[in-house]
Amino acid sequence: MTLAEKILAIHSGRDSVRPGDMVMARVDMVLGTDVTVPLSVEVFRQMGAGKVFDTEKIALVNDHFVPAKDVKAATLSKIMREFAREQGVEHYFEVGRSGICHSLLPDKGLVRPGELVVGADSHTCTYGALGAFATGIGSTDMACAWALGELWFRVPESLKVVVEGNFQPRVGPKDLILSVINRLGVDGALYQAIEFTGGAISRMRMDGRFTVCNMAIEAGAKTGLIAPDEVTMGYVDQISPPTPPCNNRGGKGGRPPLGPTLLRSGGDLSSDPDAVYSQVLEVDVSDLEPQVAEPYLPSNGRPVCEVEGVRMDQVVIGSCTNGRLDDFRAAADVMGDRPVHPDVRLIIIPATPGIIRAMLEEHLVERFIKAGAVLSPPTCGPCIGGHMGVLAEGEIGLFTTNRNFRGRNGHPDSKVYLSGPEVAAASAVAGRITDPRGF
Amino acid sequence: MEGEILRGRVFKYGDSIDTDVIIPARYCTSYHPEELAPHCLEDLDATFAGRVKPGDIIVAGHNFGCGSSRENAPIAIRGAGVSCVIARSFARIFYRNSINIGLPILIAPDAVDGIEDGDEIEVDPTTGTIRNLTRDGSWQAAPFPPEVQEIIQAGGLVGYVRKKLSS
Repeated sequence: MTLAEKILAIHSGRDSVRPGDMVMARVDMVLGTDVTVPLSVEVFRQMGAGKVFDTEKIALVNDHFVPAKDVKAATLSKIMREFAREQGVEHYFEVGRSGICHSLLPDKGLVRPGELVVGADSHTCTYGALGAFATGIGSTDMACAWALGELWFRVPESLKVVVEGNFQPRVGPKDLILSVINRLGVDGALYQAIEFTGGAISRMRMDGRFTVCNMAIEAGAKTGLIAPDEVTMGYVDQISPPTPPCNNRGGKGGRPPLGPTLLRSGGDLSSDPDAVYSQVLEVDVSDLEPQVAEPYLPSNGRPVCEVEGVRMDQVVIGSCTNGRLDDFRAAADVMGDRPVHPDVRLIIIPATPGIIRAMLEEHLVERFIKAGAVLSPPTCGPCIGGHMGVLAEGEIGLFTTNRNFRGRNGHPDSKVYLSGPEVAAASAVAGRITDPRGF
Repeated sequence: MEGEILRGRVFKYGDSIDTDVIIPARYCTSYHPEELAPHCLEDLDATFAGRVKPGDIIVAGHNFGCGSSRENAPIAIRGAGVSCVIARSFARIFYRNSINIGLPILIAPDAVDGIEDGDEIEVDPTTGTIRNLTRDGSWQAAPFPPEVQEIIQAGGLVGYVRKKLSS
């Protein structure tokens, strides 16, 4: 079996599963946000369910429209807050202690290798970087998971991406995943699990692995996974014991450092040598150039040299894709002491309060502010055209986010190019899309 | 849903119709069909919401509904009066969400080839039979797996869970 198949087999109480099998599987964590929870609350009541299946296996995160952008957004958070209180949900994250869910949950130790995680957010696949099977669902599915603690899954085919070689300086995980999505196409991995493996993945730090798995959905995948290794376990051990729940209601706090699944599987969370893959894609990153995805599809990635010179109005460095410490380190390294171009608005969005603290310690916040950037509170904000940097008609943005569909980031006639933090930083200084190598 | 034959005019669109154009996030501070429907598909086809009539059918290419997990997307489509979506393929979260809320969706690549924008078509969501009334052609959609049928039979996931909780 592949890693994905093993995790689904363990959670559905079977010895083995095969692609195409339909299974009812127990879930270890159910994630919801301010934008998806309120509908789930309504559906949960319609289902006639009184109590959630487990108050410790639900995370409710304020991130999409927070701090509340308007009265309607404030109402969404209010519904989620009241539900958390009513049900005694342990992992409710309030503004100030909250962050972008896909950075926050791993950093709080709420997702571990071998777990089955569902989230009412399409980028839930991010947690695959920890060797979890994590996938996005809708609000009705989430209500069902709250009520029953289980959900139906079709066991996906697995597609293997073998990544070898060493990145050139200022080329990194985002460039890799943009080029992989370009090769696969927006639905090239539809319904499948993408397993990333190879030397370049082994050498990649956790922050980069999260970036890679985060965008598996942009090729249509159900999840993206990386088998746990020393890097993964180093991250998990460093987090453990997890910080106590931020609601300060005296919850039980951290869970054991290893997921029960990992223990039960004897720690063997790697694909078997005879595992079957629908496709194997081989990538050598040694010659990989910095990538930029043109509007209006994340699969429109091409080498930066082909789009160099495009002027832009706004650069955003942040999101569940590239809002982690390594991303801001990379951006600051490229910028050096140079200021943001006079015609550009540079918006820096650290994904969690923990990342802000680390950035303060490393004087990154100071450097960005001095350069003329603005620091946003942790939020999805401009990535979904919500707030904190929405684009006007005809404006052009360069974002380190994950999608550039028409109208997603503001006016339907605005345009967004996607890139990694290195291209974004160089471009923010130059005022036009720029190769960060040798910048 | 059982036994009900759907009949309507076709709105035909291309590949990878994403959830951001189906219902932009700027409207997703609401999940109520009546508030979402007027904005359904507005960034792709500003005339859609004004022209669509109850029962009309969306026919599209590959990967329909890709992108966000927002259930607001199938809710907006259903709220606009659309009775059914036929596509070459669906993005998986949209597929789940539609089944869960009871919006009939059918995977039928051949039908997509044989149906044009504005055609009048007839769909039996139970059997998966699709008939073009404007020009010749009838097709069979791929059947749903039994587990999914069970949810469809219960009228969506709410009915399914209610049944499960009371058993």
